[in-house]
Amino acid sequence: MSDVSYIRRPNRVLTVYAYIFLIVLYLPVLSIPLFAFNDSIYVRFPLQGFTTQWFVQLWERESLWDALGNSLRVGFFVAALSTALGVLAARAITRTRLPGQSAIVAFVMLPIVMPGIIFGVALLVLLSRIGIPLSLYTVTLGHMIVCLPFAIATLLPRFEGFDKSMEEASADLGENGWFTFWRVTFPIVLPGIVASLLLTFTISFDEVIMAFFLTGTEPTLPMYIWSQLRFPREFPSVLALSTIILFVSFIMVFAALYIGRMGLQKNDR
Amino acid sequence: MSDAVSTQGSIPPTQTERRNGLGRLIARSEVLRGYLMLSPAMIIMIIGVLMPFLILVAMSFWTRDGFDFDTTLTLTNYGRAIDEPIFGAFLARSFWVSGIATVATVLLCYPMAYYVAFHVHRNKMLWIIMMTLPFWTSYLLRVFAWKVILGYEGVINSSLLTAGVIEAPLEFLLYSQTAVIITLAHAWAAFAILPLYVSLEKIDRSLLEAAADLGDGPTKRFLRITLPLSLPGVISATFLIFIPTTGDYITPALLGGPDGAMIGNLIQLQFGAVNNWPMGATLSIILMLWIAAVALVFLFVTRKSKESLI
Amino acid sequence: MTPSESYISIRNVGKKFGDFEAIESISMDIREGEFFSLLGASGCGKTTLLRMLAGFETPTRGDILIDGQQMNDVPPFERPVNMVFQSYAIFPHMNVRDNIGYGLRRLKLPRAKRNDMIDEMLELVQLQGYGDRRSDALSGGQRQRIALARALILKPKVLLLDEPLGALDKRLREQMQVELRRLQRSVGITFVFVTHDQEEALTLSDRIAVMSGGKVLQVDTPDGLYERPRTREVAGFIGSMNFIEGKVLSRVNGHATLGLSAFGEIQVDAKQIGFVEGEAVPLAIRPEKIELLKEPSEGAVPGSLELKSYHGERSYFQVRVDGCDDLVSVSTQNAGRAKLRALEEGAAVWLKWRDDAFIVLDKN
Repeated sequence: MSDVSYIRRPNRVLTVYAYIFLIVLYLPVLSIPLFAFNDSIYVRFPLQGFTTQWFVQLWERESLWDALGNSLRVGFFVAALSTALGVLAARAITRTRLPGQSAIVAFVMLPIVMPGIIFGVALLVLLSRIGIPLSLYTVTLGHMIVCLPFAIATLLPRFEGFDKSMEEASADLGENGWFTFWRVTFPIVLPGIVASLLLTFTISFDEVIMAFFLTGTEPTLPMYIWSQLRFPREFPSVLALSTIILFVSFIMVFAALYIGRMGLQKNDR
Repeated sequence: MSDAVSTQGSIPPTQTERRNGLGRLIARSEVLRGYLMLSPAMIIMIIGVLMPFLILVAMSFWTRDGFDFDTTLTLTNYGRAIDEPIFGAFLARSFWVSGIATVATVLLCYPMAYYVAFHVHRNKMLWIIMMTLPFWTSYLLRVFAWKVILGYEGVINSSLLTAGVIEAPLEFLLYSQTAVIITLAHAWAAFAILPLYVSLEKIDRSLLEAAADLGDGPTKRFLRITLPLSLPGVISATFLIFIPTTGDYITPALLGGPDGAMIGNLIQLQFGAVNNWPMGATLSIILMLWIAAVALVFLFVTRKSKESLI
Repeated sequence: MTPSESYISIRNVGKKFGDFEAIESISMDIREGEFFSLLGASGCGKTTLLRMLAGFETPTRGDILIDGQQMNDVPPFERPVNMVFQSYAIFPHMNVRDNIGYGLRRLKLPRAKRNDMIDEMLELVQLQGYGDRRSDALSGGQRQRIALARALILKPKVLLLDEPLGALDKRLREQMQVELRRLQRSVGITFVFVTHDQEEALTLSDRIAVMSGGKVLQVDTPDGLYERPRTREVAGFIGSMNFIEGKVLSRVNGHATLGLSAFGEIQVDAKQIGFVEGEAVPLAIRPEKIELLKEPSEGAVPGSLELKSYHGERSYFQVRVDGCDDLVSVSTQNAGRAKLRALEEGAAVWLKWRDDAFIVLDKN
């Protein structure tokens, strides 16, 4: 390996460790589809044979479809709104010198680091004090708080990564703020916007901590699953449902991370 | 060039009409424009975080009165939280469980982040995505997956039984602190890897070459250069896992059993079955205060230890 | 139409960023069609001044007029000026043609007309055939040409250039200097050019403003700056220079005799400057205006050679003169001076000059 510099010489022990790490990381999640196709009501070895009956059963559950519809509605709305607000915020943070800016950013990013339960109960307390009944709207508000920091965190590197003088050049060449945004800023940060949409949708779609406290009579899909987990005989169908959700989530998040990082690497060159 | 000059006439005269007062002020003042763009996000955060938090603080000084609240401010709940050992015990257990999970996660993730930062040269992006991908998918389902694996008749027990290694299922696997620690460490791995990776990736490779040139072997190099320089990543990884996991209630609820229940479950109970919201608010505030205290001590200790490392 | 003497008029312009005073108060005029440079070290306020002309910064006080129009409240997108950015700011999501034609959208021209204008610009900057290239697959020199074409296509009254050659390597930079000069002559647009490179400013400009610490030290032609710098700061910034303190010994009929201690006495013209007997006067002399001799001569000052260095077409000699703390720098053309070049370090030499080679600087 003479083509690799001294510092970068490969380390076999580390390499083996890294692959084991990856396998362990995915193993638990992969057990879900494994048992979802298992022809047994019990989730245990040895496997009993292949079946798709658990998936077929899902089809007939009215309440599941309602929960899915609720989750989709909340997810779409949260993704669109948090990304839109994230674009504005990320632009303001990167393009203007604001007094108190770091304090504002720390405040907005707070939900990423604080325990979700505190935000959940705090919001529940506020809503009950001012007499707003729990509904999908309150879940949406809760998800906004969770998703907004992630939207901003996804978009910030995009705005930081492109030269401020691009926007100045556009203004200099005669375009006002609005046209500058649509002709220069938007196309350049578009991958970040797509990534943010996919990511915030997935987070909202899978979110359970806030939803736990803020859901009214209409459950989201994770809350539906939570309610089913009490019944061991429902395990196989939960596994089937989980398989579908995991599959879709993995694809969406992979796309989000890939698109989000794509252009950034190119700019480094 | 003469043709180009003749096009000059087609350029419209510069518009110098003045905007109205406010519009002009916004156009002129960069700071005002910045705040205006930040304001929608700020409004959401104020409604969703600041106001609820203030009410939560207020409620922590109230008491339950049947199905209503007695809104006279009193320290009764705080007194109870200190006097009744059960609250302290739950808090201590939460810190113990998530502390162990945090240390385990950071220790296990550091070599992985190191490997990707220093030894992966092609498809680096793919590695980063692979490492962080599970984190973004449903937390509930990942916890559920561990329930499937660790369960009384779960993957581990049933395969060990089938293989004849054990006679009866291992009971300590599910509904125990061990189960909670394993699940938390696994579920939050990506949160540790990212900051660790970023801090390691930032280290200038020529610093390591300089250290080698000045006579340091691999171990010394790691201890004197890599580790101190990646310490910010270790610190933020520690915070990013420790703080959210102390308040977690999903994992202990699904996998903890009576021994594994944490302060989050206790808070949740106050808002649910026990129906003592003010007590729940008090416990939430106490949790936050403790987190802040632990974080400050941790920051102080790492700052001191960083000085001794170099 | 005679070129206006004051096409861009900068009147008492100052700029503060919070407590930091980037520009104190600047007043100057830039003529129509001239290649005008703002020269200074980084942080001297030259870029801030340029950005105020473009409209990206608003002056905290004072006025800026372009072609008689007050500019202070005009936003960048309505100003009749265009800019070439230091980073070139080529839009990464557009090809070369779309970059160059970016500013034409507002003019609502027919497609054919637009294409003609873009082709013309591609030709002007010698990038024919590059129109459909992706903009992220271009070299630094090509990006710079696109930035130029993109700004010039709008026929601005003034073209602003913010260190456009800074990112290029030395050879390409010299080539682009020649091209920039040619371009400016052919389009006849007023160029305002920011640079920290004194050689570049001297080569390109009709006039140069030397800036330092948010102030303009001197505005002059390149040879004016070189031959008649007014202050020690300007004299030291442009080329190399020897500084000597003189003392007024006597003053007769518009001539003053100055004593230079170890360097004897010189006679200077004293018509403009108020010389007072006994007063100290700061003087400067260029290394190439001092003659280096191997033998003693009438009026020559003896010294010893401490250091010599070879610079291709010129050689530099550092000479120690008794009674003077600083080494005196002397330079000679290398053509046919083999004997001087053969001098050993430590050899005895003699220095000679004409009295009028000395520049009398402002006291400060």
